[in-house]
Amino acid sequence: MSGTAPTNPLAGAARLTDYWATVYRRTWKGSAVTSFVAPLFYVVAMGVLLGGFIDAEPDRLEGAASYLAFIAPGLLASQAMTTVFGETTYPVMSMVKWQKTYFSMTASPLSVREVILAQMGFVLVRVAMSCGVFLLVMAPFDVFESWVGALAAFPVQLLLALAFATPVFALSAGLADESPFALIYRLGLIPLFLFSGAFFPVANLDGWMQVLAKATPLWHGVDLTRMLTLDRFDPSTAAVHVAYLVVLAVLGWFWAVHRLTKRMVV
Amino acid sequence: MALVSAAVGRTAARPLGAGEATGLLLYRNYLAYRRAWYIFLTGFLEPVFYLFSIGVGVGQLVTGFEFNGHEIPYAEFVAPGMLATSAMNGAVLDATFNFFFKLKYNKLFDQLLATPLTTADVARGELSWSLLRGGIYSAGFLVVMLAMGLVSSWWALLAVPASLLIGLCFGAVGMALTTYMRSWQDFEWVNLAMMPMFLFSATFFPLSAYPTGVAWVVEATPLYRGVVLCRELTTGTVGWGSAVSVVYLVAFGAVGLALVRRRLDALLLT
Amino acid sequence: MILASGLRKSFGGFEAVRGIDVDVRRGESFGFLGPNGAGKSSTMRMVAAVSPVSGGVLRILGLDPATDGPEIRARIGVCPQEDTLDTELTVRDNLVVYGRYFGLPRREVRERADELLEFVQLTDKANAKVDDLSGGMKRRLTIARSLVNRPELLLLDEPTTGLDPQARHVVWDRLFRLKQAGVTLVLTTHYMDEAEQLTDRLVVMDKGLIVAEGSPLDLIAEHSTREVAELRFGVAEEGESHEVLARKVEDLAERVEVLPDRLLLYTADGEETVAKVHERGLTPAATLVRRSTLEDVFLRLTGRTLVD
Repeated sequence: MSGTAPTNPLAGAARLTDYWATVYRRTWKGSAVTSFVAPLFYVVAMGVLLGGFIDAEPDRLEGAASYLAFIAPGLLASQAMTTVFGETTYPVMSMVKWQKTYFSMTASPLSVREVILAQMGFVLVRVAMSCGVFLLVMAPFDVFESWVGALAAFPVQLLLALAFATPVFALSAGLADESPFALIYRLGLIPLFLFSGAFFPVANLDGWMQVLAKATPLWHGVDLTRMLTLDRFDPSTAAVHVAYLVVLAVLGWFWAVHRLTKRMVV
Repeated sequence: MALVSAAVGRTAARPLGAGEATGLLLYRNYLAYRRAWYIFLTGFLEPVFYLFSIGVGVGQLVTGFEFNGHEIPYAEFVAPGMLATSAMNGAVLDATFNFFFKLKYNKLFDQLLATPLTTADVARGELSWSLLRGGIYSAGFLVVMLAMGLVSSWWALLAVPASLLIGLCFGAVGMALTTYMRSWQDFEWVNLAMMPMFLFSATFFPLSAYPTGVAWVVEATPLYRGVVLCRELTTGTVGWGSAVSVVYLVAFGAVGLALVRRRLDALLLT
Repeated sequence: MILASGLRKSFGGFEAVRGIDVDVRRGESFGFLGPNGAGKSSTMRMVAAVSPVSGGVLRILGLDPATDGPEIRARIGVCPQEDTLDTELTVRDNLVVYGRYFGLPRREVRERADELLEFVQLTDKANAKVDDLSGGMKRRLTIARSLVNRPELLLLDEPTTGLDPQARHVVWDRLFRLKQAGVTLVLTTHYMDEAEQLTDRLVVMDKGLIVAEGSPLDLIAEHSTREVAELRFGVAEEGESHEVLARKVEDLAERVEVLPDRLLLYTADGEETVAKVHERGLTPAATLVRRSTLEDVFLRLTGRTLVD
């Protein structure tokens, strides 16, 4: 029996399930610390220990009853972002340049679009696992005001993940070598992690810094997550956050398809 | 043919002295980084970002701590912690990831050992480079601290050599451990060791946050010694405890260095 | 230049080199021929004074590698099997920085680098990144690098393995020029054509031992016939295996070797032998008559082929 062309993009992407399952089986140990242990270290060190020195005034903590309850949603959203960066920088460079895996994939009936789609699926699975574990572990710490809010925070992480995954993938897919990644981490990931309202209210930042922080995708994700876990849901603000993240994910998708196609189809 | 015959007046090749060899390896790394200067430069930013975020941003929520009998603002408490951890991070990055790359991937050390250089030259050269880089970063960070008014004593000048000492200690031990690594997967252990040290070595909160037994364990870790040493220097509260930290770090580094040399001989001279 | 007697190298319980005697004289071109795992590279690393000797005596330029490693390495050039170029430096800086490791003054090394780039035809790539070079260019750069200290002895470990035929010929040409200029060359190879082209004298190594020694022509004359007739039969020709076919023709040649895909008939006159095969009613799908090579010598000595 000879091969067939996939009937639709999802069916095409689904053919890569075995590939990604194999990759995960081979590499999960290497990512276990960063996906599961690291966020917990941050929770204990910053939330519990440093939090012990912070007066729990809800007015100064965007309505949180404790510092731990304040940073838990921030760390959750940061975890989603960090996982995405880990999966869409060096691994993409490897597949497009070092191992040339994309070339072997598209030598089959699969298209560039389907290859990216499958990888986005894999990224979502990784984010779902690490954020799911994080939510479960945090539950007994009394940081979620309602379980509905905590449950609703889960799909928000997936949306936030996509909003980072497509543009970062696009960026990585077009790079000539890996040296810009150091910059992406040092000037992108770390400042986002530190200044997007995860550790302290962005209101503590000076004028233009605050505007800048509120323009970042991570802040939209953190704020949306926090209003859910603290049960202070505001539909109109939430709609803005969701719209921002969806637009970013969609624009990133088109950019990713364009960049990878240009790189591979010469 | 001029290509091969040692023409009259040409210098003959010869083995190098230790200082000369180290200088050359520094020059080699300088050339390698010259094109990637921005990677070198941005390495300085990470501790500064942490200082602004945690020290200043979170600091507005914290009232300040007592340290060696003095009440100090939170940012002044965190800054020396960042100085010490960045010294550790820089040294470990060079000594593990970059060292592994040179050892296993671009075969730099195989190349070097085909010349009159020896494994001792290689270990010394690599460590000197990582110290030089760490020294530049910590001096820069100290300037930032000064500009933000977080330095309250002339002792602070000694924080630069102190961070070099931290770098030596972590660099030597990191290199020694790297010689045992088989693949990139093993570096997850490095992360697993570094991250808790970074978060729990009294960098962001004082030792009083822990129950007594845990506090003792923390006090015995090398990063804690480094953090406290830097903090004593920048706040001008130096005492006998500082001397203990210095001796501890020197001993750690010396053992690491001896081990690196032994392991490089075993790995490269087979 | 190199004097080895009873030289051994073992890794744990494994003996890679099991006692070899070698004497390489100034100005000659000497080869180690053998398949992968024969002990050639281990020998080369000992000669390059980077691998401690496990047993026996080894003198390079009259010096003992155990005590005079840096002095020896200062006077020899090494072109390792795998390129160990510095990928973080440009092509020219690779030569300059490497030269400086030999204690040569900067100005002299710079002149030397330009000279060598010219010699290996890489002048227009001087400022390129090493990663952007082709395999053949990298090899040439490695060879240029090994010459930076004007070595008295040049060690080349598998100088053309992994290169395409055209790139190999360029490398051979450069090495041949060095040989003519009087550089003492020592090379390992598992290509018999390379050994034939470049060496005056060679040893055949197998499983850590030297099994034969001499010039390429002497070795062929001693261990093989003048010509070889290669017979290739169709798959399962008349239901007969190669062994059966070999028995039918074994009296036509001095010796018959059975390979997975063909029969080799060793004989003084190949054409005549092929004609006789046809007379017997056998019809090979293809025939080839050629001169004997070192490959045949190796097959004779070890019962195995060099490249497998």
